[in-house]
Amino acid sequence: MERIINTEVLDRIREASKKTIENSRCRILICAGTGCLAGGSGEIYEKMCELVKDNPNVDVEFGAEIAHGDGEIGVKKSGCHGFCEMGPLMRIEPLGVLYTKVQLEDCEAIFHRTIEKGDIIRHLLYKQNGLEYQKQEEIPFYKKQTRLVLKNCGHIDAENINEYISTGGYTALEKALFHMTPEEVVNEISESNLRGRGGGGFPTGYKWSQVARQAEPIHYVVCNGDEGDPGAFMDRSVMEGDPHKLIEGMMIAAYAVGAQEGYIYVRAEYPLAISRLKLAIAQAEESGLLGEHILGSDFSFKLHINRGAGAFVCGEGSALTASIEGNRGMPRVKPPRTVEQGLFAKPTVLNNVETFANVSMIINDGAAWYKTIGPENSPGTKAFALTGSVMNTGLIEVPMGTTLREVIFDIGGGIQNDGEFKAVQIGGPSGGCLITPHLDINLDFDSLKKMGAMIGSGGLVVMDDSTCMVEVARFFMNFTQNESCGKCVPCREGTKRMLEILERIVAGKGKMEDLDMLDELASTITETALCGLGKSAALPVVSTLKLFRDEYVEHIIEKKCTSHTCTALRRYIISAELCKGCSKCARNCPVGAISGKIKEPFVIDTEKCIKCGACESACAFHAIHVEA
Amino acid sequence: MGHITINNRRYEFTDEKNVLSVIRKSGIDLPTFCYHSELSTYGACRMCVVEDERGKVFASCSEQPRDGMVIYTNTPRLQHHRKMILELLLAAHCRDCTTCRKNGVCTLQKLATQLGIHEVRFENNKPILPLDTSSDCIVRDPNKCILCGDCVRTCDEIQGIGILDFAFRGSKMEVTPAFNKNLSQTDCVGCGQCRVVCPTGAITIQENVTQVWNLLSDKNVRVVAEIAPAVRVAIGDKFNIPKGENTIGKLVAALRRIGFDEVYDTNFGADLTVMEESKELVERLESGENLPLFTSCCPGWVKFCENKYPDLAGHISTCRSPQQMFGAVLKEEARENKEDTRKTVLVSIMPCTAKKGEIKRPEHFTEGEQDVDYVLTTTEVTRMIKEQGIDLKLLESEAMDMPFGIASGAAAIFGVTGGVTEAVLRRLVNSNKAEVLQEISFTGIRGAEGIKEATVKLGEREVKIAVVNGLANAGRVMDQIRSGEVYYDFVEVMACKRGCIAGGGQPVPIGPRTKKARMEGIYTVDRTAQIKLSNQNPIIMTLYDGLLKGKEHKLLHNEK
Repeated sequence: MERIINTEVLDRIREASKKTIENSRCRILICAGTGCLAGGSGEIYEKMCELVKDNPNVDVEFGAEIAHGDGEIGVKKSGCHGFCEMGPLMRIEPLGVLYTKVQLEDCEAIFHRTIEKGDIIRHLLYKQNGLEYQKQEEIPFYKKQTRLVLKNCGHIDAENINEYISTGGYTALEKALFHMTPEEVVNEISESNLRGRGGGGFPTGYKWSQVARQAEPIHYVVCNGDEGDPGAFMDRSVMEGDPHKLIEGMMIAAYAVGAQEGYIYVRAEYPLAISRLKLAIAQAEESGLLGEHILGSDFSFKLHINRGAGAFVCGEGSALTASIEGNRGMPRVKPPRTVEQGLFAKPTVLNNVETFANVSMIINDGAAWYKTIGPENSPGTKAFALTGSVMNTGLIEVPMGTTLREVIFDIGGGIQNDGEFKAVQIGGPSGGCLITPHLDINLDFDSLKKMGAMIGSGGLVVMDDSTCMVEVARFFMNFTQNESCGKCVPCREGTKRMLEILERIVAGKGKMEDLDMLDELASTITETALCGLGKSAALPVVSTLKLFRDEYVEHIIEKKCTSHTCTALRRYIISAELCKGCSKCARNCPVGAISGKIKEPFVIDTEKCIKCGACESACAFHAIHVEA
Repeated sequence: MGHITINNRRYEFTDEKNVLSVIRKSGIDLPTFCYHSELSTYGACRMCVVEDERGKVFASCSEQPRDGMVIYTNTPRLQHHRKMILELLLAAHCRDCTTCRKNGVCTLQKLATQLGIHEVRFENNKPILPLDTSSDCIVRDPNKCILCGDCVRTCDEIQGIGILDFAFRGSKMEVTPAFNKNLSQTDCVGCGQCRVVCPTGAITIQENVTQVWNLLSDKNVRVVAEIAPAVRVAIGDKFNIPKGENTIGKLVAALRRIGFDEVYDTNFGADLTVMEESKELVERLESGENLPLFTSCCPGWVKFCENKYPDLAGHISTCRSPQQMFGAVLKEEARENKEDTRKTVLVSIMPCTAKKGEIKRPEHFTEGEQDVDYVLTTTEVTRMIKEQGIDLKLLESEAMDMPFGIASGAAAIFGVTGGVTEAVLRRLVNSNKAEVLQEISFTGIRGAEGIKEATVKLGEREVKIAVVNGLANAGRVMDQIRSGEVYYDFVEVMACKRGCIAGGGQPVPIGPRTKKARMEGIYTVDRTAQIKLSNQNPIIMTLYDGLLKGKEHKLLHNEK
């Protein structure tokens, strides 16, 4: 690899890489995201390789959306490009066609018709409201998004630094190093109003300026890639799909605050992200973009990767730095803050992946441009992991301030199976619920905070009317209790007791006093817990209790779960009209709760019944069902 | 500098490191489990929460005082939070208060009374964990642990050992040695400082009270007591006797009433130690070999050095500790006394838990017989006196038995950091003139500081001395010695901060005022002593001409 010793070499490589990509041949691009892999994209890839064989004009690539510059065929697993609901996905270049829900048996047709003849196979195209979409970019799911942070994800080869360079990569670093002072970089970021994407929304520029002014000579830049919220995978996609964007952001931060060393803390559950980052760092080091005297300047920077062992709490700043230092990942009291005494007790810039990924475009296009996206005091875009009962689950990116309605109904395509929208859980286990009246509020830090919710790192779980909100609260409390570090009493003991109460309620053993106790515990946890995660641990309960109190009461008083989610509250009954008295149900019941005379309707003893549903599935006459 | 308004009254603050200290200075004893001024701020118990004028709730231990701050310490909201936290702690705690060793001195129990917790609304469904009784010195009961982390930080920050840490997450969290080992499998030195800071009964002393009671009632056994220097200024603690007052006479009287046949002074053993250790120092200084000389009185320190600095362990003095010198001499006397047919059992009364381990070391058996049979800590003896129904305060003082009941002031100061050094220097300077004694005491070896240095001229030679207390401090000094960064001729180490007066077996709680009073109490014993120098103790000189003749090495030194 050629060493990029100065900006001239960098520019030359950029031009050359662009040319290679422009001259690329026909490519079949198969998504290798987790969702598509589960759908069988691995087998599809192998089948296509077999069909293509040694055809010099066709490449089959596994993962990326757009062709690789060097034209090699190889197994490459890249991150997903978001439209998980429609997977396995296959994109064919240069036609720009996106095939959805591809199956193994479609492969022959794809090769013989589309690749060889250029015909479009219509049943594989995405359809919505009677319309067919040939080109990926025209699909509403993509069209309504503003993909800035995720722009390159899936569009470039994440394992080739030159491809990143070809898209304008490292121009921001160049600009910062040679045309801006560190103060100017900090000012530009401050001016842009960029706010931390990890959940808190702390102004990034202000954080950098605080670190920059510390008298201590050694500073660190740390990236929080410990994405622990259940269902969130925004940061993983960036690390897997565009690692250099993160690295460039960290380098600019390091230059701005006078740091020479940086750490990326990635959870060990992201092996692909780790290997991609390792490779990216190795290539940057080999080419001289990381190391001493970068691009011939006085700026030197070394980057390390630290693997986290999968503790949710390590997403908290001080627990994360403790973990890097080799200590137990537990938050500590503040002050001193991370900007004063962070990693190894030195002033530290700690931002999450998405925040760093925003930096290069702000430096390139300026704060004024950045502020044109989204609301002035909360500008830019935000990536969300859209999951739950929504048509188009997947990874999306929208301008801050987009309404929930646009996200769920326009991009997400509405609720699955013509269901009714009930609520959306935003911000994961630290967040709260929003309901129909909130659909038109803007998704940005300040608007959500007013509603008692938080943007969090960007998990959006959409729930329809078949969801039990008490069970949702129990699920999140179970997560929080398991992930509590155990340090402070309110979080350690309080969440345990809240969970016990919720477990009682969903088991039909709740009392009305339990609701008061939930409130009491929640107030103590929220006001006295040591760290941010503890303080927000009770939020899912508080918000569901506020918005869906009647559901809690129904569980307690009527011993009923309308959505039939809570197993213990199900009541199986045998319809006397439909029952033929065959005794199959009684023979299948593991606890002997069913009795009756042959050829007469059988009866279930609800006291004995363990609600396993064995009778329901055994009955040939559909005579057994859960009472509505 | 500035003012804080606490509950609508203005208070000045100067260099207090947190709001909690300012509140406490103002006379309000805000409850805490995890805050100790000598440890790093942990901020886990959340009991010290306060509210500012905007209603923001924060832990006062973790916030720096700012001029103009307005806080409230006992609003209904805070009362609710504190009670809830306490209730949550109690719910996960073994609440067998009446049978707990810490009954009456437990902070959890005290605060439950203070805050009026009369009901716990949650079930204790924690699995019952086994006790760790493997150590000779302390017992760990994880079922009583409230996870405040005081022991973890003490072992790590004060003692530099770090045996204990947290394992597991959330409500399954436990304090445990690494890999769930028991204490005897670790490098635990038995200093008991974890027990001193433990607010509940989760760490207690490994007691030997029952064995001693049984011996005391046995007519065929001669039960002898030896009392360590630091016990006399602490035994009064639980009998309404002012802190730090020398209560040795009353203690002797009490021990006789309990049934001890003879009561002697470990200070006598300390005088022997001074004689031998100063001789050893002079020899090493003359030969220039094996310097620095490390003191050997403190078993916690000896074990620490052997565990962590085995390459330097050869520097430890061959002298036995005062307890062990006393034991060897007493047992030798008993062996020689053919008239008394009773079996002699020596019970050593110590401020220290590590001493319980010291008596079992193989070098402390003479002719197959254990030199010291049992160690009772001040805390255990306090209980025995109470069990006997004696109020120590009301007893008339009695004198020690003879011959081993006479000791010098130099021996008494073994109970505080710097005492051994001062005693050895007195012996070497060999003058009991007031100004000479004062000069020695002003060399910088007195005081509560963790690492003290002094240079003393002995004859032509300038002797470089380090006096260390707290094992983390010892580690720092040892690292520097090892690297050659510093040079000393003589290094005194006491494992516990401020020395034995704050030892692991002393009555708790030991606050800063108690520590100060006990240190002063020790120096008062010295000030009022008629004999100031060990070599002027007449019994010592007689002993060297009699029983010890030709046996100094056998009875007073360890083989190297």
